[in-house]
Amino acid sequence: MKKLLTVLLIFSFSAFSLVAQDHAEEESGFNPGVFMLEHVMDSYEWHILTVGEKHISVPLPIILFSKESGLNVFMSSKFHHGHSSYKGYMIANEGDNEGKIVPADEHGHEVVGAELPLDFSITKTVTAMFVSLGLLLWIFLAVARKYNRNPNTAPKGLQSALEPIIIFVRDDIAIPSIGKKRYEKFMPFLLSVFFFILLNNLMGIIPIPPGGANVTGNIAITAVLAIATFLITTFSTNKHYWKHIFNAPGVPWWLKFPIPLMPFIELLGVFTKPLVLSIRLFANMLAGHFIVLSFIALIFIFGQIHWIAGYGVSVISVLFYIFMTMLELLVAFIQAYVFTLLSALYFGMAKEEGH
Amino acid sequence: MGLISPAYGTIFWMVLSFGLVFFILAKFAWGPILKGLKGREESIEEALQAAENARKEMAALKADHEKIMTEARAERDVLMVEARKMRDEMLEAARSEAVKEGEKMLENARKLIESEKVSAIGEIKEQISVLSVQVAEKILRKELSDNTKRDALMNDMLKDLKLN
Repeated sequence: MKKLLTVLLIFSFSAFSLVAQDHAEEESGFNPGVFMLEHVMDSYEWHILTVGEKHISVPLPIILFSKESGLNVFMSSKFHHGHSSYKGYMIANEGDNEGKIVPADEHGHEVVGAELPLDFSITKTVTAMFVSLGLLLWIFLAVARKYNRNPNTAPKGLQSALEPIIIFVRDDIAIPSIGKKRYEKFMPFLLSVFFFILLNNLMGIIPIPPGGANVTGNIAITAVLAIATFLITTFSTNKHYWKHIFNAPGVPWWLKFPIPLMPFIELLGVFTKPLVLSIRLFANMLAGHFIVLSFIALIFIFGQIHWIAGYGVSVISVLFYIFMTMLELLVAFIQAYVFTLLSALYFGMAKEEGH
Repeated sequence: MGLISPAYGTIFWMVLSFGLVFFILAKFAWGPILKGLKGREESIEEALQAAENARKEMAALKADHEKIMTEARAERDVLMVEARKMRDEMLEAARSEAVKEGEKMLENARKLIESEKVSAIGEIKEQISVLSVQVAEKILRKELSDNTKRDALMNDMLKDLKLN
């Protein structure tokens, strides 16, 4: 723990001096909004740090498809951190398509009104997701091998660390929500989602690559997870579920006829559930990243006024940063739990028998 | 790259890679893990049940053993009492037999003595009678040699006869 704190302190101080220097030379002032958005948003390269005016980042593959120029695959380093165009494409720095890849003319300017290419680039979020999925595979295939090799023995090593969590998902999430008879079918999905969210949340807290990416704070990722929950719920429904929606028992008839108020609300609920599910996870993780970043940004804001003020504030900021990181650690587990629990509850509702 | 507008590229890669990982994990990780957990729980349950059964069996065996022991003890006591009784009876019988035998022997001795006595007395009587006859003969011979005395005796004897 002590070691970790020291590392964090050194990291934040060095980040401060490096980036502060960079910004002081490059721009008129430090813009906390841009700074924070840069960190939580997806990007075409994985920025590690900036030394002086030199950006050190991992280039990522750009995959574009358009009717005119077909399939184009190249590394993002060709854009020179968004400063130049390549193969008729560039990253727009301003305008409606800011941050997106747009067609460029010979002078390196955006062609206004042109059709955007289909963008299937392996961005920072996608890369971080690949890393975490690879980790998931590695961890759980190794654990599964232990169960296969030594059946009916006490768990060891990684197995004993993960087994309580797996049992928690089974006994405290799946069985109470879905029921002892039907829970088994949903266990693979619940476990995958739980560990995917948990791992990405935790990796988001780690400030150095391959951590630090905002995977679960990306609406596309959470939307896919929520849609998966929605699809599984919808495909495992029974007659009782639909009856409950279109003709809810125990509701006065005038709420259903002539204006089908209750059915309408219930049907709306079917779609709002996954929507809320995705937004809850996305917003929670994004907010966590924002708060942590804002404490770091405070150092730079005060550092602009006077360097002594910057160092003075950094002590408080780092303390708050540590506190927030601890909180985020808790939130990482809570959000993984909440998402999985709600998914399990929806599956349970879909499979519920008449009372 | 908006903050709140989902990028279709990310969605595409997410669906593809998460789906792939999900199927691999479902088939090669979650299946074996859940099966392993269930199997282990069942085996622990069985082991506990077996231990409980063994404990019960042991207790039953112990109770049986105890019962057999007490029964054996009671039987032994009964046997001891019986043996003692038998011994006493045998002693008693032997004693009474001995007493009876002694009495019988005494009786025999007594009888023998009696018969000896009787025969001795008989013999004495015979001896006496012979002697008395001899004495009488001698006396008679002496008496009868004298006529007066012989007449007197005759008269005496006749007197006695009359009286009889």
